[in-house]
Amino acid sequence: MIQFSVARFVAVMVKEFIQMRRDRLTFAMMVGVPILQLILFGFAINSDPKHLPTAVLSADNSPFSRTLVAAMANSGYFDVTRSVAGEAELGRLLAEGTVQFAVTIPAEFSRDLQRGARPVLLVEADATDPAATSNALAALMTIARQALDPELKGPLLALRSTPDPVDLRIHRRYNPEGITQYNVVPGLMGVVLTMTMVMMTALAVTRERERGTMENLLAMPVRPFEVMLGKIVPFILVGYIQVVIIVLAARALFGVPIMGSLLLLSAVLVLFIAANLAVGFTFSTVAKNQLQAMQMSFFFFLPSMLLSGFMFPFRGMPSWAQAVGEVLPLTHFLRVVRGILLKGNGAAEIASEVVPLLIFLVVVTVVALKRYRQTLD
Amino acid sequence: MTASGNGRAVPPPQPSPAGRGRELEAAIDVHGLVKRFGAKTVVDDFSIRVEAGQIYGFLGPNGSGKTTTIRMLCGLLTPDAGEGTCLGLDIRTQSAAIKRQVGYMTQKFSFWEDLSIAENLDFVARMYGLPDRKRRVAAALERLGLANRRTQLAGELSGGWKQRLALAACILHDPKLLLLDEPTAGVDPKARREFWDEIHRLAHEGLTVLVSTHYMDEAERCHAIAYLAYGKLMTQGTVDEVVARSGVLTYEISGSDPGRIAADLKGKPGVEMVAAFGARLHVTGIDAAALEAALRPWADQPGLRIARAEPTLEDVFIHLMNRSTDNFS
Repeated sequence: MIQFSVARFVAVMVKEFIQMRRDRLTFAMMVGVPILQLILFGFAINSDPKHLPTAVLSADNSPFSRTLVAAMANSGYFDVTRSVAGEAELGRLLAEGTVQFAVTIPAEFSRDLQRGARPVLLVEADATDPAATSNALAALMTIARQALDPELKGPLLALRSTPDPVDLRIHRRYNPEGITQYNVVPGLMGVVLTMTMVMMTALAVTRERERGTMENLLAMPVRPFEVMLGKIVPFILVGYIQVVIIVLAARALFGVPIMGSLLLLSAVLVLFIAANLAVGFTFSTVAKNQLQAMQMSFFFFLPSMLLSGFMFPFRGMPSWAQAVGEVLPLTHFLRVVRGILLKGNGAAEIASEVVPLLIFLVVVTVVALKRYRQTLD
Repeated sequence: MTASGNGRAVPPPQPSPAGRGRELEAAIDVHGLVKRFGAKTVVDDFSIRVEAGQIYGFLGPNGSGKTTTIRMLCGLLTPDAGEGTCLGLDIRTQSAAIKRQVGYMTQKFSFWEDLSIAENLDFVARMYGLPDRKRRVAAALERLGLANRRTQLAGELSGGWKQRLALAACILHDPKLLLLDEPTAGVDPKARREFWDEIHRLAHEGLTVLVSTHYMDEAERCHAIAYLAYGKLMTQGTVDEVVARSGVLTYEISGSDPGRIAADLKGKPGVEMVAAFGARLHVTGIDAAALEAALRPWADQPGLRIARAEPTLEDVFIHLMNRSTDNFS
């Protein structure tokens, strides 16, 4: 047995410190990741989202209805962003995800209220993400009562004591039972793709450099775009295999409804996968070795997870975090995949989410091609 | 021209000095190449002219800029200054066209270790868009004796076989110029000999070959050589020319106790280098009078034989290397 030697132990330790200092990127990541996590978890995440966009269809222009809408806004949960004229528009706004809630105040609302006939107040919620709506919906009954009670005076005073002056009907659209899996499993498709696609491409190109085969590739008459496309396409296929597995599991294991067209979904998938692969390719042009490529992928993956609306309601985040989230492809893909699977959205409804994906893809591809060098300079 | 033999006996085709009006036949013709990495000038004002069909040796100590020069010639690095042509194409603006006609064998094995020999060759053939791919790959496998190993993974090959694969891949697209960067490092003597026989066969077929090496026997198999040190071209020409021009004088001492003699001679004025070869000593210098003065005390020792000898290429190179370090410091 050789005895434990402090000198040898110190020698190894010193060597590790030297190597750590030489690998600047790794060191930056070790410091950067905790900071990123602190900011994201500490400031960006809020599981009690407020100021949710709400559309109101009011067929009754009375003090009662106005008071009610004002009270909803005052609660902090609802931001009345739209005043619409027809039910069709209300449905469209919900499907597109422009609003989280749609409130319908029927004609004769104030008359029925005064008669004690308990008029129907219909609140439809986009419940694809149950966490985003539950608190607001829970507060709704109290809001209605507190808003209307002061208005019930004089001869109407008696109505205050009735259980509910209005018949509040809440429709949890797209996910009536508020099943979390309906929201998570389709979202997981985007998360899995983001994680694997970025990392795989980043590694695939960095490996060429690490093993010295890049020099050979560069010495041959091949154009950067040919290399990039050739590297990316195999992983698009891998991405599709992952998607098929997740869709089958979503259907068979979790009973997630598939309301929309899978064909449309696969078309958007190409775009989404390509966007992630382009990110990976860009990382690979920066990273010096495979470890760095892994770290950079993680640095991209973390905000994607937290700021896209996958783990926490998007609308619960402060506006700076939402702005960052809007840049990430996962954010838009989540809206598309939830829209298609749960809401049965078609091409028209998802178009506004596809455009940012497309822009992201083009910008990142240009960056990747600019960074990819045809020489060893 | 005999391909084998020990170099010195081969009458090499004389490299024509620039300006003899044979511009078209130059495979490489570059002037004043400079490459800097940060503050370090790796290649400094480098010019060479290599005639078509020649085997041109590139020699010099580690870090002398051989690899950087080769990379500039095939478009992998952009020179900071200088200009010239490779196969008649401008090295600055036509690197894409140069790549099509040049075969470049990297110093470190750079084929895909997780692909088989045949798959590697097939990939290269596709990269160059070669017509008749299958036949060419089969022919290359046959020519280099790789046919019965075609399905073996490149990563499992020994050094010699890796080198054969790399050569096969480099000549697959029938390049007009081969750039070989220390192709025989770490390869056994027999494989080295076979490799050089193949290089001579290719040159005989009209290929121009620029090869960097540390081996003196390989240098002697080149038609012409260039010696680089610290980014500067020190000398060039045929082996005989380089030796003659160097002015190096060598004495060979044979007899008993060479160690004692070596210790005595080292550091004496006029003695640049003392190297032992078994029981023999090579003593070299350039100042004939001083060298002879240093040797005189030993001249009458019984059992010792001191005689003028032909300086070897190695003697010349070490002399050049010593001188270039002096210039640097």
